[in-house]
Amino acid sequence: MLRQNWWKIVCVVLLFYTLIAGFLGEVPAKPILNETIRNLYFHVAMWMAMMITFIISLVYSIKYLRTNNPLFDIYALEYAKTGIVFGSLGVLTGSIWARWTWGAFWSNDPKQLGAVIALLIYLAYLVLRNSMTDLDKRARIGAVYNIFAFAMLFPTIWIIPRMVESLHPGGMGNPALDTRDIDSRMRAIFYPAAVPGWTLLGVWITTLRIRLTVLSERLGHV
Amino acid sequence: MHKKIYTLVFLLFCQVMTLPLLAQDSAGAQKVEMADRFRADGKIYVVIFVLGTILLGLILYVVRLDRKITKLEKDIKI
Repeated sequence: MLRQNWWKIVCVVLLFYTLIAGFLGEVPAKPILNETIRNLYFHVAMWMAMMITFIISLVYSIKYLRTNNPLFDIYALEYAKTGIVFGSLGVLTGSIWARWTWGAFWSNDPKQLGAVIALLIYLAYLVLRNSMTDLDKRARIGAVYNIFAFAMLFPTIWIIPRMVESLHPGGMGNPALDTRDIDSRMRAIFYPAAVPGWTLLGVWITTLRIRLTVLSERLGHV
Repeated sequence: MHKKIYTLVFLLFCQVMTLPLLAQDSAGAQKVEMADRFRADGKIYVVIFVLGTILLGLILYVVRLDRKITKLEKDIKI
């Protein structure tokens, strides 16, 4: 599966489609947003890709706890790393978007703060792992922490920022992706192309890292 | 092999089935400033071209990495 090429070709096609349709496609004309609404295919797609990647990491952490197979631990680690990359890109692209729509790169907005906290919790997972030299202990405690870190995504990103007043769409209990933020022409590019495209790219890069880790362990560099 | 083809056909079906969304009503106030002038001048193609080049560069890098790793795996599994 990791070495098959068909899904990689699908990934490339979807990403180029996202790029071309993203800029040539029609979008609704919204005040303040203007053309930046196209950032949906990039900024929002980053968060979707992050969630999917973290779910995959979670699944492998649980699989590790159930089987103690070290390969699952490698998978969980690499998918978590890729998730952190997607999340960081999400914060970065969101901050850039905010500069031109909210007026500043950083507004201490609940969503911005929540996202950064969630990412810091995942970064702590990496630090935690590195603090342990015993490999089994590292993998086991890492797996348990990974489950906790995943659970923390929900209050920090999805629940609290959506309950309070926020500049970000979805605050005060409002729907997060409704007619003010997206229309059906955009949905037709976002869901079939942007989200799977970026996610598959993340999966591709992660599988390369996993294969590299397995190779270097085979060669004796632990 | 069959499973792959089936998956691909299913994905293609899903993609095609989202196209009717384009028929949705797109009535909107034309008072909001959009980059129509930019588009009429053809400058939008510069944006696509530049970003496409970046994307292509990244993809080629990933492909190169993939091939290197595949080769290493084949060498080791001797």
